Amino acid sequence: MNMIVCVKEILDPEIPAKSFKVDSEAKRAIKPQDIQLVISDYDESAVEAALKIKDSLESKITVISLGGESAKNIIRRCIAMGGDEGVLLSDPLFIDSDSYATAFVLAQAIKKLGNFDLVLCGRQEGDWDAGQVGSAIAEFLGIPSVTMIGNIEAKDGKAVVERVISDGRETVEIPLPALVTVSSEIGEPRYPSFRRVREASKMEIPTWNAQDVTPTKSRNKMLSLFVPPREVKCEFVTGETPEEVGINLALKLRGVKSI
Amino acid sequence: MTERKGVVIVGELSDGNPAPITTELLGIGRKLADELGQELSTLFIGSGIGEAANEAIFFGADKVYVIDKPLFKDYLTDSYVGALEKFVKQIEPELLLLGHTSLGRDLAPRLAFRLETGLTQDCVELALEPETKLLQKTKPVYGGNALAIYVCEEGRPQMATIRPKVMEPSTRDTSRKGEVIPFDPELGEAAIRGKVISKAKEEITGIKLEEANVVVCGGRGIGGAEPFQQLEELARMLNGAVGATRPPCDAKWCPAHYQIGLTGKLISPTLYIGIALSGASQHLAGMSGSKTIVAINKDPEANIFGIAHYGVVGEYGKVVPAFIEKCKELISKT
Repeated sequence: MNMIVCVKEILDPEIPAKSFKVDSEAKRAIKPQDIQLVISDYDESAVEAALKIKDSLESKITVISLGGESAKNIIRRCIAMGGDEGVLLSDPLFIDSDSYATAFVLAQAIKKLGNFDLVLCGRQEGDWDAGQVGSAIAEFLGIPSVTMIGNIEAKDGKAVVERVISDGRETVEIPLPALVTVSSEIGEPRYPSFRRVREASKMEIPTWNAQDVTPTKSRNKMLSLFVPPREVKCEFVTGETPEEVGINLALKLRGVKSI
Repeated sequence: MTERKGVVIVGELSDGNPAPITTELLGIGRKLADELGQELSTLFIGSGIGEAANEAIFFGADKVYVIDKPLFKDYLTDSYVGALEKFVKQIEPELLLLGHTSLGRDLAPRLAFRLETGLTQDCVELALEPETKLLQKTKPVYGGNALAIYVCEEGRPQMATIRPKVMEPSTRDTSRKGEVIPFDPELGEAAIRGKVISKAKEEITGIKLEEANVVVCGGRGIGGAEPFQQLEELARMLNGAVGATRPPCDAKWCPAHYQIGLTGKLISPTLYIGIALSGASQHLAGMSGSKTIVAINKDPEANIFGIAHYGVVGEYGKVVPAFIEKCKELISKT
């Protein structure tokens, strides 16, 4: 099975909200000095989904990412998890692309890689939360797609996937080649092995730029980005012992008729 | 070139009636249509739609288009996107709105790219720019840490999906009049790649999270599956439901459908008690509509204290049992 996984490098969403600041002019979050960029959560789920297929079927996994030079770090991490090779798409002309422009470039890169059976993406990126790039790539490539999958089995030119919907799961069968976007229900992403981390660090990751894949215009324009002010003041309930605090909390809530 | 006009909302049904999201779409749709001086239409797609079309008129639609064919009984990307594409190319609306639901999340992006237009998903606010009348779409980004406002200057129709339970639903008025118009997208089965094999409804015992008045929510600090029993006991006593942040669900300490957050369930109970959770923005995005927010966490810097009304800094293992006992006592006295 020939698979391609699209991954994105983002600001760590786990940083405390207090440290989160935006640059309203540049219209993006400000990266704190000492904080590393990480792979978007759901993209890691997409890698795991590909690896689950590779566990039982001879496969090749190519990891691609549109980003800056540092995105090679997450490509290497995905290779260390079990991927086979990677490509970085990087060019000043790709910066500030919206979902449309991003997917346009990724779709070209996928075509350039040659024949494939399955493209896997995360269901939404951890910074802009747009949740569109996967569907857009499928549309540009003219292949069927299913979004938000929690399980996948692929072979004999077909994929059987479980779509996570609001009140349960739906099992859908689609012909390959196809694209899926993956949700965290796929399972905990596996850790890379030390040996593979070393091998990945020595691998050549080519960079393709705007000469190799043509950029295009964004369709959505961001007018503004801001952090809404917080208004609530928290009243802390105290006591001599934790048990007394528990009692006081019950009394406080009874007092305001919450219980 | 014909001038585009009209606001179209894609309605969804629940047990044969317009689902709550549909009335919310009609609420905001009516407001935008009135400001534009244009018509508001609803589109229903499915099989065996029945009376729901008339209900949409009572809830504010001037026209209700109905695509009612066995082919659309189950949602499939190819069939629904194909049908919508034909519909939009014929009706040519200015705005196309959907709910940010299982249907909307899959249908809207693929359709937007098919139509080469701009979509913004999970909008919490929609407004028209005073001069240009362009649709300004506001949505949470960075996991809910910030808000961004987008416009689509060139592509048409301008598209958005709206977050459930945020927009004011329209009210039912049986004196309203409107037209029900059947629409046939003339889609052949050959164009549809894929099929639905089966569906499995998640088993929910007790009160549904989205409908509960009281929600007790556990986070990463709970540490395992067994301590969730305590949360179940507390919820039962308060006639509420138990939820969780993402880490406990991913770690399988509790069922996946407990997840509350940006990519889980949205709740707005009267009382929310968050136990051993940090209050990451993705989670806050799912519960910030709660009326009274209580948080118990051993870290005084935990983010949840930024939005909680009442807070306890302490070990939940010691605080919660005493809290439960006292609640039992107070409740039995009423």
